[in-house]
Amino acid sequence: MEEFEIPKQPGSNYLNAEYGLKSWLLTKDHKRIALLYLGAISFFFFIGSLYAMAIRLELLTPQGDLMQSSTYNKTFTQHGIIMVFFFLIPSIPATLGNFLIPMMIGAKDLAFPRINLLSWYIYMIGGVITIYALLAGGVDTGWTFYVPYSTTFSNSYVIATGLGIFINGFSSILTGLNFIVTIHTMRAPGMTWFRMPLFVWAHYATSLIMILGTPVVAITILLVALERLAHIGIFDPAAGGDPVLFQHLFWFYSHPAVYIMVLPAMGVVSELIANFSRKNIFGYKFVAFSSLAIAVLGFLVWGHHLFVASQSVYAGMIFSFLSFTVAIPSAIKVFNWTATLYKGSISYDTPMLYGLGFIGLFTIGGLTGMFLASLATDVHLSDTYFVVAHFHYIMVGGTLLAYLGGLHYWWPKISGRMYPEGWGRFSALIVFVGFNLTFSPQFLLGYMGMPRRYHTYPAELVSWQVLHVLSTAGASILGVGLMIPLVYLAWSLRYGRIAEANPWHLPGLEWQTASPPPTENFLTTPIVTHEAYEFAPPEHKEVVGKFERQQPAET
Amino acid sequence: MSEHIVQPRVYLMIFLALMAGTGLTVVAAFYDFPGPLNAVVALTIAVIKATLVVLYFMHVRYSGRLIWLVIGSAIFWLAIMFALTISDYWTRTWFVPM
Repeated sequence: MEEFEIPKQPGSNYLNAEYGLKSWLLTKDHKRIALLYLGAISFFFFIGSLYAMAIRLELLTPQGDLMQSSTYNKTFTQHGIIMVFFFLIPSIPATLGNFLIPMMIGAKDLAFPRINLLSWYIYMIGGVITIYALLAGGVDTGWTFYVPYSTTFSNSYVIATGLGIFINGFSSILTGLNFIVTIHTMRAPGMTWFRMPLFVWAHYATSLIMILGTPVVAITILLVALERLAHIGIFDPAAGGDPVLFQHLFWFYSHPAVYIMVLPAMGVVSELIANFSRKNIFGYKFVAFSSLAIAVLGFLVWGHHLFVASQSVYAGMIFSFLSFTVAIPSAIKVFNWTATLYKGSISYDTPMLYGLGFIGLFTIGGLTGMFLASLATDVHLSDTYFVVAHFHYIMVGGTLLAYLGGLHYWWPKISGRMYPEGWGRFSALIVFVGFNLTFSPQFLLGYMGMPRRYHTYPAELVSWQVLHVLSTAGASILGVGLMIPLVYLAWSLRYGRIAEANPWHLPGLEWQTASPPPTENFLTTPIVTHEAYEFAPPEHKEVVGKFERQQPAET
Repeated sequence: MSEHIVQPRVYLMIFLALMAGTGLTVVAAFYDFPGPLNAVVALTIAVIKATLVVLYFMHVRYSGRLIWLVIGSAIFWLAIMFALTISDYWTRTWFVPM
């Protein structure tokens, strides 16, 4: 492993280069914009979590004793909208991606710093409009806005919420555009495509989905608004339209949106597994290309959301088959991560605990997705708690765990301070236990027939209540597990141990500059001469089957 | 990359073509064509107009291969959306319950 000469701590870093509110609100520094996003998405995550708490409390008993059904409809809708559009989709790309992509490829900033700041303002405008809609009376259509309920029958704030999401989508598109141009044009000398960290590859794939998919959901929401306002007849059969067309258009984006959420998480996990095993990732190119494969195949599977929505059974067969193909690149990643662990020098620091948790939970989430991609079993499981459990294993067990892992891993670089490791490990275990206790009973509930989006269930089904009580208890534990990092990360900003430039002793470019970095990231442009995860000396290269590891370049 | 200078005359001609297309769409709306042809006529005019905008107003005609790749990808993804959606509509009536 070649050691870069780490420049001494400069007089100023990106945090203290300028002071005052204006210096933050008008900043063009990708690192500061990442922190603006971090603050904003943390706020939205908190709001979304309050709705989740209300849902779990209501389901503690079979009766609807906390809220009426109409209020419950709004509660789960707003939980979904806030969490999906305002937390999960921007979570890793807009914070960690924004902060790290230029640093990982040896650039001073993203290609379009002003557009980067614009994307944050667009996100905030969309968020404020959505919050207004929630405060004004809320929306009760489900986060999926299915017609004809959303166009004809709902008396809630569909258009205002839709407008918030519509505007927010442009923020996503601009972030994706910025990443693609940056990765293509701003790599440091020697940073070839196959020397890029897998985090960057994952964000490249994510950006493709953002650009290709987001306009479709924007137009679909616009059509819902036009249908609601002017009754143009796109989705209304009485006027020659088709309500199932809405579902096609909506899921054309919203299924790939799941990969917008999970691909960056996979990028984080690739970093964590390789670096905390102190081994080059097993099958670098396979992991890199599997991100692109997931991005492409993810666009071909949306019809599995329509198996019981009067979609043609023949189209259903095609979509079922295509849905199974996405399992291949996903499995490549999981197998390659576990193969990376083999004979690795593994350290169980907090980020690694989250990374290992991700592998297990993502695997469960992915495999239960196979049940839902099968035509016959989906008839039984569709719209039950099985679906709720499945996608929470992907979104929370996958994306949220990876986000937390990434936040801990790069916290020394972001803040210049170390977090308390003992508390970190403790809370990671609490989160893991709380998460599983929350969502694993929901697989059983769904299999037993409990439908999603209902706030009551038969009192005579005692086993259902037992499972709901377990789930609510788990949610409480999960809530505690999430509060602990909030407290100690905030604590560490002032009292944490000062972080070294490279506290984990890793070869990645982002660790070859000060913590926190200077505004321009690197005092001199780095020249890259080795692979992304170059730990082993040349005499210890692995040969696996026919594959031989590339020899490092002479330096 | 040097910027291609487009003559104002070209912009004017494209503008006039787009206006003519709009006029044609309005005229076509007064005729009831047989079968699905109403939509076909309107969409054909719209696609031609969009192509002119992309090629000339967005300068794609004068751009490099990377830009063509981007445009091609967008059209390909649109084709995926249409093809798989239509796979539902075309085959919905094939299945006859026993």
